[in-house]
Amino acid sequence: MIPEIGQFALALALGTALVQSVLPMLGAARGNALWMRSARSSSITQLVFIGIAFAALMHAFVVSDFTVANVVENSHSLKPMLYKIAGTWGSHEGSLLLWVLILAAFGAGVALFGSNIPDALKARTLSVQAWISTGFLSFLLLTSNPFERVFPPPFDGNDLNPLLQDVGLAMHPPLLYFGYVGFSIVFSFAVAALIEGRIDAAWARWVRPWTLAAWMSLTAGIALGSWWAYYELGWGGWWFWDPVENVSFMPWLLGTALLHSAIVTEKRDAFKSWTILLAILTFSLSLLGTFIVRSGLLTSVHAFAVDPERGLYILGLLGVSIGGSLTLYAWRAPAMDGGGLFTPVSREAGLLINNLLLATATGTVLFGTLYPLFMEALSGDKVSVGSPFFNATFIPMMLPLVVMMGIGPFLSWKRADLKGVFQRLRFVAVLAGLAGLATWYVARGGPVLAYLSVAIAVWLLIASLREWFVRIRLLDVPLLEAMRRARNLPRAAHGMTLAHAGLAIAMLGFIGSSAWKSEEIVFVQPGSVIKIAGFDARFDGVERVRGPNYIADRGALTISREGEFVTTLYPERRSYPVAQSTTTESAIRSTLAGDLYASLAEPSSETAADQGAWTLRILYEPLVNLIWIGAAMLFLGGGLSLSDRRLRVGAPRRASRSEPVATPAE
Amino acid sequence: MKWISLAAAIMLAALPFTAHAVEPDEILDDPGLEARAREISKDLRCVVCQNQDIDSSNAGVARDLRLLVRERLVAGDTDAEVIEFVRARYGDFVLLKPPFKPGTYALWLAPAVLFLFGAGTAIVVLRNNRKRLVAAKLSDEDERMVAEILATEKGDKS
Amino acid sequence: MKRAVAALPILIALVFGAFFLWGLNPDRDPNAIPSVLITQSAPDFDLPAIEGVDVPGLSRRDLTGSAEPVLVNVFASWCVPCRAEHAVLTRMVERDGVRLFGINYKDKPEDARAWLENLGNPYERIGSDLNGRAGIEWGISGVPETFIVAGDGTVLYRYVGPVVGAEAEEKFATALAQARTWKGGNP
Repeated sequence: MIPEIGQFALALALGTALVQSVLPMLGAARGNALWMRSARSSSITQLVFIGIAFAALMHAFVVSDFTVANVVENSHSLKPMLYKIAGTWGSHEGSLLLWVLILAAFGAGVALFGSNIPDALKARTLSVQAWISTGFLSFLLLTSNPFERVFPPPFDGNDLNPLLQDVGLAMHPPLLYFGYVGFSIVFSFAVAALIEGRIDAAWARWVRPWTLAAWMSLTAGIALGSWWAYYELGWGGWWFWDPVENVSFMPWLLGTALLHSAIVTEKRDAFKSWTILLAILTFSLSLLGTFIVRSGLLTSVHAFAVDPERGLYILGLLGVSIGGSLTLYAWRAPAMDGGGLFTPVSREAGLLINNLLLATATGTVLFGTLYPLFMEALSGDKVSVGSPFFNATFIPMMLPLVVMMGIGPFLSWKRADLKGVFQRLRFVAVLAGLAGLATWYVARGGPVLAYLSVAIAVWLLIASLREWFVRIRLLDVPLLEAMRRARNLPRAAHGMTLAHAGLAIAMLGFIGSSAWKSEEIVFVQPGSVIKIAGFDARFDGVERVRGPNYIADRGALTISREGEFVTTLYPERRSYPVAQSTTTESAIRSTLAGDLYASLAEPSSETAADQGAWTLRILYEPLVNLIWIGAAMLFLGGGLSLSDRRLRVGAPRRASRSEPVATPAE
Repeated sequence: MKWISLAAAIMLAALPFTAHAVEPDEILDDPGLEARAREISKDLRCVVCQNQDIDSSNAGVARDLRLLVRERLVAGDTDAEVIEFVRARYGDFVLLKPPFKPGTYALWLAPAVLFLFGAGTAIVVLRNNRKRLVAAKLSDEDERMVAEILATEKGDKS
Repeated sequence: MKRAVAALPILIALVFGAFFLWGLNPDRDPNAIPSVLITQSAPDFDLPAIEGVDVPGLSRRDLTGSAEPVLVNVFASWCVPCRAEHAVLTRMVERDGVRLFGINYKDKPEDARAWLENLGNPYERIGSDLNGRAGIEWGISGVPETFIVAGDGTVLYRYVGPVVGAEAEEKFATALAQARTWKGGNP
């Protein structure tokens, strides 16, 4: 019964979305306030209906209702409750339901909290949001019904892929989708502005909190995904440039560009058509990701079960939404002009370079990801474009960007005093250079690029802090006065410092764990001792342990340093009889300085196996945790910015002359 | 959907060899050669996996290729020769770093072209800006006055 | 100028869309890897016989010299799909008089022997590729794989996976028929 309620609720949501697609838009065109206001109630109704459907599916998973095909395929009665719940979005159908739920949530969010947005713009935005909703709800109902029944119901389910039975990954899709799909509302705002033919600083200000919220979630989602790959896949890597990773990374890159370009639009009324384009493209890349993951167009380690027919449907949706919005853009954008003027040395110009590099990097990742398809279509040849390509092209673009990030915040709007900026940054540059040299002195070895990168990361870190100090005039004025200044500083300014410093920290993590990683791969028998990075690891043997839906061989490693006991690591090799697969559960000792990472496997060599040996892979990854600490800082920086009083929804009204130039440089 | 079942069949066929990426018995005694082998392995794609290099893959064919790479290195091949040896048998497909050849010019040149196009656009934007700036140039006196007005306005607000 | 720049995104999007549409063609297999051997000379290899099996080993020489194209099948006893394919290959040999050679890929001799005794041996010659090196020479990505080699030693066709089921068998038969008419040059 409950699954039928879910399905019925989805149908009702589709009906609501259809009405919302038309009525508010017409209302805005005709000046009918009642029709425009209908967007509010229909957005909320849509969210409620999809929420009911989502709850119904979750219920089916929680009670293990094996009359529902989706539950049979992705769950098992013995599976821990957390993963039963997470199973709701573990499949193509369920995750798509989550997708439309978030879509509706952002629509309802604007309807509920966007009281400052003019009625016409809000009505149009919500109508556009309903167009997307209509497309994906009909896709869900027509091709991917999550509530399909099976008869006769099987005795038990097939279990969820054990690799996915993990806390990090259970939370990964919701966060990622919240980011991915969150950009939909920004897209809707952009299309609505194009339809209105009006965009100004106020528009940018209304859009900014939503962009920030989506960007924050995407940051968290990507970080969580890489963390999962790091500890679950068993070889200590955190980024593989896999197509599916790339498609979540591209909206992040472009979304970052959008965040910055929107600031220019907001403060200086410039970059207007560019900001609109970024808003459209960021969500287009999210849609592209959805398409690639679900169509089987490219091969990837973590794609869903693929189905070209579903792919065709999504491609149709892409064609309408991306094609439609870009056509509208081609028609309306040339009329958007003007805005604040600036010189080649100014905050605006700095952000222009930021956007240039971010957009080029996004384009490169996009082109590299799709190139095998292009090549195959044009010549029939198959090529692989893997991490060596992306590392070779992406890193050279990011390093100058990070250098710029150190300078940019010092530049003032319109016209900056370059000499003054360099004077302030001179000692930062010296410190950064020293940091690079010091690293070289300590590490001795590893690529030159690594030392250069360390210097650049330190440069960004110190420059960001220095800028913050300058702002609160630390050291210039008494400490109390500086603290008062810090309190009075807009939260967005703190947010920027935190986020920029976070990137610097994360970068140190990237470099440390890739350039100075050490690794030992050995056969071990009880009593074997392995030396790595100053630690001694003694293998104490393996015992069989039983989990709720798996059996594991658990190894024990006693770690000591210079004779002192440090910790015991328990890497596991789990086998899941129902899902018929095995996973590697690595054991990690985490410290700020680095991770000691151990994973265990049966040896493939039979002679070794006969002697009762195990293959132990033990890694030392210096600074690797800084990656996720940095990501957390990016997230919190975004959050601080979001909580800024000036951004709070309800603050700004559309000014008759939109030129809030006087806001201090930030 | 026939190729899905086929892919499943191939994976099934590869199953008996599941191991754990690089195995201890593969590792060369010479750390220099071993380091080179690891680097080469990271540039070679495992043919039965999806976007994985042979260094981190646990498929049987990947293991064979890892052993082969090491064997060639011990025999005195240069890195390029080893890669060429594998490429001759599996095609460009196994190279995770595509070779620079007519078919991939577009790929390798794309970043530079994109950047130049973007930079060109940015320069045009800056030029136009300067033109308009000159046209709309306020005298220093005007600018000072505007700044003053804005400053008082801001003071009122807070 | 400005209009052209503003229209650029939609034009690029359309081009991308066209590629995506092409890519969704259900006959396309994104996982398929073309063999570099096609139209090339068969690789050099020389494999001993499987211990205890009464057919001789296999080397490149054995593939050449006949007027008709021959088949080289890579198989193993541990490979489940090979079992199904075995019947198809046997039929091809018995009914169509195809010459079939085998490469026994990374298999224990005793297992291979039992497998062949159990199912019958359609192979004229079988090379035992214990370490999988010949498999690499042939550029295989898994088992089973079947190659069609012309009388002069040129590899004409490669089938990845078991030749089982009407569709696969027909595809393979067509390739074999084409190979029979091949007179050198491009097939």
